[in-house]
Amino acid sequence: MKHTVSVLVQNKPGVLARTAGLFSRRGYNIESLTVGVTENEAISRMTIVVAGDDTVVEQVTKQLNKLIEVIKVSDLTKESYVDRELVLIKVTADSSNRAEIMQIVNIFRARIVDVAPKSLIIEVTGDEGKLDALISMLKQFGIKEIVRTGTLALGRGPKVIQSGKD
Amino acid sequence: MNLSGAKALMKSLECEHVDTIFGIPGGVVIPIYDELFNQEAITHYLVRHEQAAAHAADGYARATGKVGVCMATSGPGATNLVTGIATAYMDSVPLVALTGQVTTDLIGNDAFQEANITGITLPITKHSYLVHEASEIPQTIKEAFHIASTGRPGPVLVDIPKDVQTMSARFEYPKKVHLPGYQPTYEGHPGQIKRAAKAITEAHRPVIYVGGGAKISGASEEVRALAETIVAPVTMTLMGMGTLPAEHPLSLGMLGMHGTKYANYAITESDLIIAIGARFDDRVTGKIASFAPNAKIIHIDIDPAEIGKNVRVDIPIVGDVKRVLQKLIPLLKDTHTKEWMEKVQTWKREYPLEFGETGLKPQYIVREISRLCPDAVVCTEVGQHQMWAAQYFSHRHPRNFISSGGLGTMGYGFPASIGAKIGRPDETVFDLAGDGSFTMNCQELATAVAYDVQVKVAIFNNGYLGMVRQWQELFYDRRYSQTKLSEINFVKLADAFGAHGIRVDSPSEVAPAIEEALAVPKPVIIDFRIEPEECVFPMVPAGAALNEIIDAKNGG
Repeated sequence: MKHTVSVLVQNKPGVLARTAGLFSRRGYNIESLTVGVTENEAISRMTIVVAGDDTVVEQVTKQLNKLIEVIKVSDLTKESYVDRELVLIKVTADSSNRAEIMQIVNIFRARIVDVAPKSLIIEVTGDEGKLDALISMLKQFGIKEIVRTGTLALGRGPKVIQSGKD
Repeated sequence: MNLSGAKALMKSLECEHVDTIFGIPGGVVIPIYDELFNQEAITHYLVRHEQAAAHAADGYARATGKVGVCMATSGPGATNLVTGIATAYMDSVPLVALTGQVTTDLIGNDAFQEANITGITLPITKHSYLVHEASEIPQTIKEAFHIASTGRPGPVLVDIPKDVQTMSARFEYPKKVHLPGYQPTYEGHPGQIKRAAKAITEAHRPVIYVGGGAKISGASEEVRALAETIVAPVTMTLMGMGTLPAEHPLSLGMLGMHGTKYANYAITESDLIIAIGARFDDRVTGKIASFAPNAKIIHIDIDPAEIGKNVRVDIPIVGDVKRVLQKLIPLLKDTHTKEWMEKVQTWKREYPLEFGETGLKPQYIVREISRLCPDAVVCTEVGQHQMWAAQYFSHRHPRNFISSGGLGTMGYGFPASIGAKIGRPDETVFDLAGDGSFTMNCQELATAVAYDVQVKVAIFNNGYLGMVRQWQELFYDRRYSQTKLSEINFVKLADAFGAHGIRVDSPSEVAPAIEEALAVPKPVIIDFRIEPEECVFPMVPAGAALNEIIDAKNGG
């Protein structure tokens, strides 16, 4: 089962290496990892999607908490949350099928951000289910390249993950 | 007040009450060594290999409870520390490793003697710093010592580029640290402590299983009080030896792969394991599925990540074990362990540790050392002699047994004994060694002689890498692949360095040799020519259950 873990860290050099290193050293599998600064510039937020049962995720959480620069770890999977990922997909397309692709793109509320005589780039945002569905629809045309941002997530409602005593 | 980075470092170390550093200078730490030259508060011990600097600082820390400090130059100096840092990490030893780094403009350019030491040590340090500005030094050193010595202790590395050592910055030593992501839990949860008390009161066959965490926390008295209050047997890991004195009637000695039969039987039949500052290592549990199959487990540890890592735990208590036990003990009521204790005592009588009488037996030597210097600080290397030292020395004091448990580092004991002796100069310090292990850091004889650190080394010389040979004998049809060692004249070796050497070939020479070693005011090596193919028993074969323990009769 997949868990989406949100991690607040001090925004310092080496934090990403420490965190990613922990996963490889302890043999945990990262499905995706994103990182960026938060509303407080001294603090970054990582969103890590990790595969494993509850015991694995419990260990991941505890080991992450041991890193000095990690301020707060929370497993969003335990509550209600919103997750999104942005994907760019380059599809083989020419005049014969461009219209059909555009129709699919519209259904998924995706966007075409580049058009060339033999290709299109589609930008799409959504959760995993939507992205998978779109990608499988586009396969028939020939996908040339895909790039994904990795999952971003926030818990629903007014509750926030506090960054401690600051 | 403006100071150079190097001077700020010295001042900061002084503020941390550092009086002892083990190290070797090199190109990029010359500014630091230049400052060291000027001041008297700190004694620097020049070792002969950086690995020994880390081990000596580690031995110093384990013997005294203070933070050990070692120092090395960039590149090879720093990488030579790695084994020592990893050793300290695995055994939760408070250590601060200071390394020089190439100048900031050269970092990343593969400069001369450049190694990314913060990167290399990432998985074996509790935390590490690469200092970018001289102004960061006081705060960094403050944090490094705080992190190394609090919570679950561990090594912290501080890497200081050469230009940072020479640039000038305002010096003000901080009074406090501000680490929002580092808040160790010391007090156990009262609800959990109550649950534990209830489980203990209801248990019929409890066993107290004590690890190195009890030593670190200084909880010997509490462990004894717990055992005596509920009348339960106590077994210790290699790291926990000495927490309860070996002669105590409730002590079962060590458990696990080379533990006593009675400790392993007690664990297997127990209905409640009270784990105190221990981590259920594979050398302790044997086959995990058969470990204490009928027992509830209470696990008290300061590191939440240890709880549930290897075994399922019924009652976890995160906190400092001393404080938790102090809260727990008053809650305990009468227990029903009479029958259980009778059973345990029967095992103790039926399956004592025993060894044969032919030739020069290593077990006999350990017993003699124990008899003649019962309060000695005993350091060990790693292998057969280490297990004999654990089994046959009558451990009395928690900080008197110093051994590389987690990493199992051969070559650890001798430099660690130098550090221990420097930390506790008035006490007898022995390094119990194998001939293989000792030669891994025997260059430190030079250090011991130079500073007149009078450690006594007992080499259990069997001409083999004995533990591997034992496995080859038992599990690989005696194919002694690469375990036979060539002959060394250790008496001459001692002589060459200016130490004193004694050779012992027969049991009757053992006690006189130990007495001579204690009397000679020098570092001493005793070369005990032991039975070459003696094995460590009892033994739980790798992957077997604890009660599938073999001894000389059914194993050899």
